[in-house]
Amino acid sequence: MMKRLLGCVGEYKRDSFLAPLFVTGEVILEVIIPFLMSYLIDQGIQVGNMQKILQWGGILVALTVLSLAFGALSGKHAARASAGFASNLRRKMFYNVQEFSFSNMDKFSASSIVTRLTTDVSNIQNSYQMVIRTAVRCPVMLVSAFLMARAVNSRLSLVFLAVIPILGIGLYLAMSSAHPIFERVFHTYDRLNRVVQENLRGVRVVKSYVRAGHEKEKFNTVSDSIYRDFSRAEKILAANAPLMQFCMYTCILTISWVGAHMIVGQQLSTGQLMSMITYSTQILMSLMMVSMVFVMIVVSRASVERVCEVLAEESDLKNGEDPVYEVPNGSVEFDGVDFSYTGNPDKLALRGVNFSAAPGQTVGIIGGTGSAKTTMVQLIARLYDVTGGSVKVGGIDVREYDIKTLRDEVAMVLQKNVLFSGSIAENLRWGKENATDEEIVHACKLAQADEFIRSFPDGYQTHIEQDGANVSGGQKQRLCIARALIKKPKILILDDSTSAVDTRTDALIRKAFLEEIPHTTKFIIAQRISSVSDADMIIVMDGGMVNAIGTHEELLAQNAIYQEVYYSQQKGEDDRATD
Amino acid sequence: MPPIKMRGNGAKPKNIKKTIARLLSYLGMYRFRFVLVLVCILFSAVAEVAGSLFLKTLIDDYIAPMVGQVNPSFLPLFNAILMMAGIYVVGIVSTFLYNFIMVEISQGILRHIRDTMFSHMQTLPIRYFDTHSHGDVMSHYTNDTDTLRQLLAQSIPQVFSTIITVISVFVAMVTTNIPLTVFVISFVVFMMSISKKVGGNSAKFFIRQQKSLGSLNGYIEEMIHGQKVVKVFNHEARSKAEFDSRNEELRQNATSANIFANILMPIMGNLGHLQYALIAVVGGALALNGVGGLTLGGIASFLLLSRNFTRPISMFSQQINAVVMALAGAERIFALMDEQSEADNGYVTLVNAEEKDGALTETDHRTGVWAWRHPHQDGSVTYTKVTGEVQLFDVDFGYEENKIVLHNVTLHAKPGEKFAFVGATGAGKTTITNLINRFYDIDDGKIRYDGININKIRKEDLRRSLGVVLQDTHLFTGTVMENIRYGKLDATDEEVYEAARLANADGFIRTLPNGYDTEISGDGANLSQGQRQLLAIARAAVADPPVMILDEATSSIDTRTESIVQKGMDRLMKGRTVFVIAHRLSTVQNADTIIVLEQGRIIERGTHDELIAQKGKYYQLYTGAFELE
Repeated sequence: MMKRLLGCVGEYKRDSFLAPLFVTGEVILEVIIPFLMSYLIDQGIQVGNMQKILQWGGILVALTVLSLAFGALSGKHAARASAGFASNLRRKMFYNVQEFSFSNMDKFSASSIVTRLTTDVSNIQNSYQMVIRTAVRCPVMLVSAFLMARAVNSRLSLVFLAVIPILGIGLYLAMSSAHPIFERVFHTYDRLNRVVQENLRGVRVVKSYVRAGHEKEKFNTVSDSIYRDFSRAEKILAANAPLMQFCMYTCILTISWVGAHMIVGQQLSTGQLMSMITYSTQILMSLMMVSMVFVMIVVSRASVERVCEVLAEESDLKNGEDPVYEVPNGSVEFDGVDFSYTGNPDKLALRGVNFSAAPGQTVGIIGGTGSAKTTMVQLIARLYDVTGGSVKVGGIDVREYDIKTLRDEVAMVLQKNVLFSGSIAENLRWGKENATDEEIVHACKLAQADEFIRSFPDGYQTHIEQDGANVSGGQKQRLCIARALIKKPKILILDDSTSAVDTRTDALIRKAFLEEIPHTTKFIIAQRISSVSDADMIIVMDGGMVNAIGTHEELLAQNAIYQEVYYSQQKGEDDRATD
Repeated sequence: MPPIKMRGNGAKPKNIKKTIARLLSYLGMYRFRFVLVLVCILFSAVAEVAGSLFLKTLIDDYIAPMVGQVNPSFLPLFNAILMMAGIYVVGIVSTFLYNFIMVEISQGILRHIRDTMFSHMQTLPIRYFDTHSHGDVMSHYTNDTDTLRQLLAQSIPQVFSTIITVISVFVAMVTTNIPLTVFVISFVVFMMSISKKVGGNSAKFFIRQQKSLGSLNGYIEEMIHGQKVVKVFNHEARSKAEFDSRNEELRQNATSANIFANILMPIMGNLGHLQYALIAVVGGALALNGVGGLTLGGIASFLLLSRNFTRPISMFSQQINAVVMALAGAERIFALMDEQSEADNGYVTLVNAEEKDGALTETDHRTGVWAWRHPHQDGSVTYTKVTGEVQLFDVDFGYEENKIVLHNVTLHAKPGEKFAFVGATGAGKTTITNLINRFYDIDDGKIRYDGININKIRKEDLRRSLGVVLQDTHLFTGTVMENIRYGKLDATDEEVYEAARLANADGFIRTLPNGYDTEISGDGANLSQGQRQLLAIARAAVADPPVMILDEATSSIDTRTESIVQKGMDRLMKGRTVFVIAHRLSTVQNADTIIVLEQGRIIERGTHDELIAQKGKYYQLYTGAFELE
């Protein structure tokens, strides 16, 4: 796991190596400074030797400047390394996600991928910077300051051996008892967010039913539990600072008491006493930092795991050897097609589908929820691979095509469709990057979108907000259809793409298809009989199988499901009046 | 201390003084505990300073005289150390206390702010939710509250601790040696100016980093959510290219921002060492020349004091960024709290009533009969029976000023009538219903409910008398039972079952794994669209209001489910005044009145047969829908 992650360090290896190197240099200088300081005090100030004061002072100033330079260099390299690493990581993930097939996408939810690409990468970036800098700095500081203290006076340095475990264990206990509570708080936070989010989304329901009081109660319960948990966890952590002070003061007093005896007994100088006090600060502070780094790393471990999952995921759809780069025509043939989302032949979503459509035909598909209409058409564009049988486009198995070639010729208007932020024209050019204005207008006319687009003050330059939030459902569907038409595909698939369009416009769209793109094979999934009744062929789906195939007239005469749907839509009123 | 000022900060709070004052007013809620905190901070700081001064006493008054003595007595020193230990204990206890109490204060304030923010949000008009994205509102509860937590729990005590420490250390330094104090102060000023420069650069790039992070994250979010469209359109290469350019921009800005942030610490730390060395040199020189009676112990104390002086200042100055960001967050939270609540001058209320001999009397139990309680200026009260008659007179309305979307809408729905609105998206169907329950207030005209101007009816009561089934059903996390009960919180289980049966929902609910106790997650994601609608109908049914507004779902549910849903809706409509927003002509044919809307105007009205006979727009729509048959 780590190996895959560290592979993303790439060209920032040098920076990642230099940062800890320089920080080590900085730390070593920092622990030498108090040591030399004792010379300045003992040989200079104590005996009144100005020359020694200046001599040692000069050396000290030089060392601080050097240490500053090391520190700054380490900071610079650490920043470059961590920002570069994060950037590589994001790119690698994003690129990999671009290769994902639909089934890969189904495995992760979109929002979880977004979190992994954003929050998790930021966490890893921060931790990485910490690991190559602070996580090196603190232990090195701890050890070298202690060694220096031993060098100054080994007996006095024993006090550190007594105090370090106290602080270490104390910090560990505090962190380990507070950490689970914090974890819980974060879950509770999710609950709080959920309550707010549902409240925001359902604000009209809340107001209609006058349930503000009820909502407040819900919120307050969660808010209270956050308050209680957070207070408990932070109260535990409130012990950290006084514990640190306790250890620090113990050191100072012990050093003062024992040190005084030693000075009087000529075993220690005043300057050395000073340096011991400085070392106690350095040692204890770095121990405190070590515990913080530790927590950071523990916290970011979950992020690392989540990121690695995305990196490890491999697309299960690949071009075959010698792929075909041209789709001869728009015929479609299903030959004994079985399909399972999990690849498990015992759990088929689609079973034994056989049919063929000639180029230019219109194929209507009707069926209840869960009858696998969408599943079936997705196989045409090879969004998934069949589990059994074969799907042929233009007489060639879809698995033999270059995927890009196939999808360029098979335009799909998805049921859950998406527009992107940008102008209408930019959105439409998704279909064809270098489409001319005429091509765009033409496609929009076919999709019955031209009229409403022109009614906007900015026309085709109108800015579409993310997910088409500023156009109506019907307008959005028509824009999506236009976007697919611009591709001038050999096969066009509309997956329930006119449900929000009124029936008249719906009819106009189909009429335009018939007249303007007669050679394109059209698949239309719909709920309304009226959307498919003029098709050359209508497939009735039921429970993952083809129930019947025929024309409107044939089905109306023979097929029970079709009749039921038809009459419920035509004679809905009579139906209900008898209820 | 440098003034809190930053250049070119996009997230800069607009009115720092006001925001701080408001935050402090929250501290006022805990004034006694906060005073205790301040006292503890004082003790804690003084104990630390006393420790630094103790070094002088130790070296000058105890060690120096003893050096050379043949048989020195350590008893005075022992007493002094004991006394120092006592001071330290007070310091440690104080530190613990103020940290501990501060948790209570900061968490208490946060809870208070959260709760106030949420309960205020409940009073805001629909317009607010139209104009603010959910993401932005959410971030007040997450990011903004989070930065505020850090401000309250860490920065505020730190500010006071810095002030108190700096003052006491300053006093201690001045009493020890004035020239050295001057030296330390000027060195601190020098350090501050460097820190300001580096920090300013850091802030500049930090803002750029946040900006490009936002831009990249926005792009990622959009692309990933549209990933299936990306695949279908072979858009991968282009989306990678765009990603790369935004990612690279972020890398550059993140590198710069982090470089400045990273080098600030070694700079400040090492300048501290430099100061340390220089004090030794300058102090040594002063001591040698006998200036100000500086002793060796004095210099030693000074070395520690100077650290105590510089460290809190430099630590605080590194935090200024975070403080400013937190203040900006606090300001956004306060802005939400200051949003104008939905105005309600209604005084007519909805009450349970009993009807005896044609006279209405108010009662406190549920009778199924409702009345409008109408108090008059002379103190008398009259009751009007709730029948569900709704009249609109010449209503004009626009969501934005000067952009009228409804023109001269006049209609009269008699009790028990079914009114259907038909028209293209954006014709104003939903808008009309939004005016009846006063989600928005009309610009001109009048709406009467049972003859009462709806402006006189208290909004809560008006809405309680109107049931609504929306296009988007919006369920809440909880059990099926809880979701239906949302319509009437005190409904018995039996009432819930009854409502579910009425709504035709009972059948599918019983097939769920845990029946009525099945947990619904998120927005009912584990239910189908049709099932969610059935629950929404049941929810309205349990509320049992005299008037219903039904917005038909546009999204696709299969025909069988649809007919089940339709039956549920039909049963729900029985005996009520109903406004239906229709998306399928087949469902409106039995309406008492069909209103055809076009661009905010009523262009036709009548029964199905009348409209067909008129051969107008409705006829065109009706025939258009079936012309290809």
